[in-house]
Formats: sequence, structure tokens, C-alpha cells
Amino acid sequence: MSGHVFHPGHSELHGITVVLEAAPDLLYVGRYHEETDRGVLLHDVAEHRGLEGRDEFVRKTLKFGVRAQHAHILVPSDTVQRVARLVEWGGTSR
Amino acid sequence: MPYDPRLVQPMREELTRLGVKELKTVAEVDAVLGDPRGTTLVFVNSVCGCAAGTARPGLALALQHAIRPQQLTTVFAGQDLDATARARQYFSDYAPSSPSIALFRDGEVVHFVHRHMIEGRSPQQIARELTEAFDKHCATAAAG
Repeated sequence: MSGHVFHPGHSELHGITVVLEAAPDLLYVGRYHEETDRGVLLHDVAEHRGLEGRDEFVRKTLKFGVRAQHAHILVPSDTVQRVARLVEWGGTSR
Repeated sequence: MPYDPRLVQPMREELTRLGVKELKTVAEVDAVLGDPRGTTLVFVNSVCGCAAGTARPGLALALQHAIRPQQLTTVFAGQDLDATARARQYFSDYAPSSPSIALFRDGEVVHFVHRHMIEGRSPQQIARELTEAFDKHCATAAAG
């Protein structure tokens, strides 16, 4: 089923819980909705600020789930550094 | 706001026809989860077609396995609101998500499948994860 898009017309990541790295030193975990000219829209989003402890934050989120702090968040495209499925996250890139 | 009951009825029946007991009130939840003995699975059902649409068939496949939890239960997120909230109190270390699946042994959560572990996976992959958990946590309880 990998790669299957449930809602035709949407990105492969639509409906998938992702980790999004954004500058400056922001990390979001949330359900990917879409990317438009305005940015990447995530739903039910947890946020981590700063470099320290971010891998631990992702590990805890993997085990205990997403403690959403924001119902929705729009991350400007020019700040997005990396987006990956939460279950495939390999650690921070810096 | 809950969906039209007629819309969700097939999603309920997809589980109840497997022998999964619906818990629709706080009292029904407490009657099952308040008794810590043995192994109990709680499936948090959802109308979400993306994830629940593969989680329900995944559970159906897993229940063909020889080793299974002693009690099979479900609450319906977004539908049976009080019952779902109550059930989540029993696994409050885990963030709410739906669909999701909790496996209890003697009152402790021994395995939890979050929505993010269901998304994009096939029913067969979900079933494999569940049967591995059943083998690990339910084998001796079933034999006892």
C-alpha cells in the first residue's frame, strides 16, 4: 500500500503524519494536508523549538503519539528544510 | 459533531461481525477496562477512510491468528464521545488518535498502535504487527 494516495489529486503525503524541519530551528510533527504557494499545511501539530532535545522529542512522539498544540499550521515553503514520514524519520539533519 | 449514524453503521458492523464488542457508554467501558484481569484489545474506530479503512481489515486478518486477546472491544471516536473519552483515560499516557489500537494485559497497556503507525500501511502489515503483539503478550494469558 506504500505510495497509495487515498484522496485523488492530493500529494502522496496527504493524510500522513510527518516530521517537518523548518528554519530557524523549528520542528513540527503533524498530519500533512497539502503544499501550496503559501506553504505546507499540517493538521494536529506538535512543535519543538531549538536543536536540543529534538531527536528525543521525535522518539517520544513515535512511542506516545502526537500531543497536538496547534489544530492547523501553515509553514512557509521557504522555511521548509525537510519533510519525512514520522515512522521513517532518521534524526535531524544538522 | 458526530456523523449520521447510518453512515457509520457499516464501519461499526465491520468490527462487530468479527465478535468485537462495542462499548458505547462510560459504564460499558468501565465494566470491561475497570477489570484488569487478562488481555483486552481496544480498537478506537474512526470514520477516517485513509487509516481506519486499512486498520479494520488489518484487525480482521489478525483475528484469524490462533493467539488472540481474551476480550475484543471497540469505541467509536467522534461518535460515542463519552465512551471514547473514558476509554482514553485508561491509556492516557498515549496521545489520542483515531484509529488506534490498545492492547492491555492485566490492566497495563503492553502494546499501542497509533494512527501514525497505520497510515500508508496495508491490512497485512497491520495484521502482522498485531499478531506479533498477540504472540508476545496473549500467549500465556490464553493458555492460563
